[in-house]
Amino acid sequence: MIFLYSFLFAGFICMISQIILDNTKLTPGHITSILVVVGAALDTFSIYDKIVEVVGGGAMVPITSFGHLLIHGALAKVDVMGPIGIVMGMFDLTASGITAAIIFSFIFSLFFKPKN
Amino acid sequence: MVINMVNKKYDKVVSRHKPKEERGMHAVIAFIVGGLVGLLGEVLIQVFCQKFHISRSEASVFMMITLIFIASLCTALGFFDNLVNFARCGLLIPITGFAHSMTSAAIDYRKEGPIFGLGSNIFKLAGSVILYGVVSAWFFGIIRLLIGGGV
Repeated sequence: MIFLYSFLFAGFICMISQIILDNTKLTPGHITSILVVVGAALDTFSIYDKIVEVVGGGAMVPITSFGHLLIHGALAKVDVMGPIGIVMGMFDLTASGITAAIIFSFIFSLFFKPKN
Repeated sequence: MVINMVNKKYDKVVSRHKPKEERGMHAVIAFIVGGLVGLLGEVLIQVFCQKFHISRSEASVFMMITLIFIASLCTALGFFDNLVNFARCGLLIPITGFAHSMTSAAIDYRKEGPIFGLGSNIFKLAGSVILYGVVSAWFFGIIRLLIGGGV
């Protein structure tokens, strides 16, 4: 069942953004930024946490989970360190994704040339 | 006046010959491809959980790294752009779009030098995601602290 939910949730977010992209003048850059803010907003009161519980991997894949992970890491650190944790824990959970993207991009840019 | 009329005529001719955008089709393709990427994410999490006997949260980290690696590799090999042209938001909204924007920026700007080319342009497209993500997470985190009083 969780596989079906994953398919439906990830597909739904992609479909919404495709409709926004086609019918407005926004670029994909605008839409990804908006979705990150939406993800952070949804997690302010742990709504996105519940979505992740139900939907599983399908909720971790879209870029909304990036905003969710940012605020989730910050709030988890607040529990341990007090209010200063909001700046200390910001990248706790997203660090793996950002680091992986930087390292793979750097390595591949050394070995591959642009196609056109 | 004459120019205006010529322009109007020109617009008419252009609109008659413009290919019709199939917006409904784009949305359906984005839904299917995005859904398949989400499904792949869940399948990878379950596979990693059972194969390496790790918790779900660790497995989701491995899943993200795997998807980022696949997207970066496909971008570097040059055929991810064609896939994006076909699926559009289906591949740009998942984490694959983030990796794609960074790898394509890195490959495109490397010829301008290691510092002012690669170094300053690698976050050219992905930087906005990080900027607005951090600002909004900070803002909503403060709100949560003020209203909710902790986690």
